[in-house]
Amino acid sequence: MIGEAAVRAGCRFYAGYPITPQNELTEYMANAMAPLEDGTFVQAESELAAINMVIGASMAGARAMTSSSSPGISLKQEGISYLAAQELPAVIINTMRGGPGLGNIAPSQGDYFQATRGGGHGDYRTIVLAPASGQELANLTMTAFDYADNYRTPVMILGDGMMGQMMEPVTFPDPVDLQKLSPKPWKLDGADGRPSRVILSLLLDTAKEEEHNWKLARKYETIAREIARADTYMTQDAHLVVIAYGTAARIAKGAIKRVREIGLKVGLFRPVTLWPFPQRAILELSRFVKDFLVFEMSTGQMLEDVKLSLEGRSRVHFYGRPGGIISTPDEIAKVINSLYHRQRLELEEE
Amino acid sequence: MTKKTIFSGFGGQGVLMMGYLLALAAMKDGKEVTYLPAYGAEVRGGTANCTVVVSDEEIFSPVASSPDYAVIMNNPSLLKYEGMIREGGVIVLNSNLIERTPSRNDLDIVLVPANDIARELGSDRTINMIMLGAFVAKTGITSLESIMEGLSEIVKGKKPGVMKLNRKGLDRGREFALRGA
Repeated sequence: MIGEAAVRAGCRFYAGYPITPQNELTEYMANAMAPLEDGTFVQAESELAAINMVIGASMAGARAMTSSSSPGISLKQEGISYLAAQELPAVIINTMRGGPGLGNIAPSQGDYFQATRGGGHGDYRTIVLAPASGQELANLTMTAFDYADNYRTPVMILGDGMMGQMMEPVTFPDPVDLQKLSPKPWKLDGADGRPSRVILSLLLDTAKEEEHNWKLARKYETIAREIARADTYMTQDAHLVVIAYGTAARIAKGAIKRVREIGLKVGLFRPVTLWPFPQRAILELSRFVKDFLVFEMSTGQMLEDVKLSLEGRSRVHFYGRPGGIISTPDEIAKVINSLYHRQRLELEEE
Repeated sequence: MTKKTIFSGFGGQGVLMMGYLLALAAMKDGKEVTYLPAYGAEVRGGTANCTVVVSDEEIFSPVASSPDYAVIMNNPSLLKYEGMIREGGVIVLNSNLIERTPSRNDLDIVLVPANDIARELGSDRTINMIMLGAFVAKTGITSLESIMEGLSEIVKGKKPGVMKLNRKGLDRGREFALRGA
């Protein structure tokens, strides 16, 4: 789904190194790039090589993408930092698996911190999108290429082993016309007949580096203002709102549907952008909702962003299943049920 | 209506193919559908299972807490899923590979000697199609026509014999289930 959407978004350069559970994408890109006259697929000798190839392709003006899973994404961090520093667009797919270390190949959400805090060294941010369905995988992949070009910054799609291997019917958006994309007046495509351009990340002059850092920071502020996005489900009358993203949100939605059937007023808040985090929308909810339950397939990472967003205005509870465990909707329904009744009891006592 | 089915067995038994084919067929029926595979790092052996959800409405969780149906290809899978299946659900078992009969009496249990039937057809590789044919006939979750349509898409570009053999497997599975033997 990502592969087809990437091709339709005008991706013409893919470099990757195999790792489960995302090889379906690499395989797809190999087949998809081959018949395209201007398409390039490289199975690189390492993750590091792949991300550096993406840097080169991006510099030359191509819509470029790489993909990997958790341990491989760690290896790519150096390159992602360089992309951010050099203000180069690129799309990076992380199909998260259980970790730390080599971990396992089951779906997990343990890379939230790494993805949303920049990940590599230096003072930068990466746009992070978290799809929760096949259709959204396709749509957000196309969006990712647009964001990357518009803001000249790397964009990460943060999925997990389940999003990576699940299949669902998808209606693909129409392919973009490469000729109609905004020109890239900064790209390095040969200086014949024009002054040369320079793209670098080495700024030995500290004043220049400071200036560059503030420039990036202003850009990130703009991004935060413009693209933060979340999806809600039955939050209007909710006493309790579950906050979850990606696969966890899917499972939570199933659980909420179940507890709604027995009359519990529970809703779902699903961040679609993890960075920028949809802070304001959560704060807005806290005017009516006194209890939030954060559910993650980790020991609690997005939890910190939720607490920061709420500024202590509501109670935040947490339920997590790390290590590649996929909860069932029944399990989450039970957690919701017991929390809900405890919270109602407390309210009655007050 | 939402129906969740688990297909489970050893890697290499064609467990994922059964689920994929059901998902494809149900999609052709115009249903909402999710296909969620789960398998180990092994190419063959180990356990493999997949969950297919077919529904008239938006599917929230592709994971099944209590599936309506199960197609079971080995003993460990029976142990794992027997207790989870919804009351009144259906289990289709390969009785050549599983000697034990489930102890629950609130389930509709179909015992398919799929290995024996496959041997009559001359290829062990039809075992999964025999099971799928029996499953579809028993539950009516999709039509055998839709399954055939999906199958022809999957085997496109392969030798014509492949389609014919798989089709035979599906037909024999259906016949077996309908005879109620």
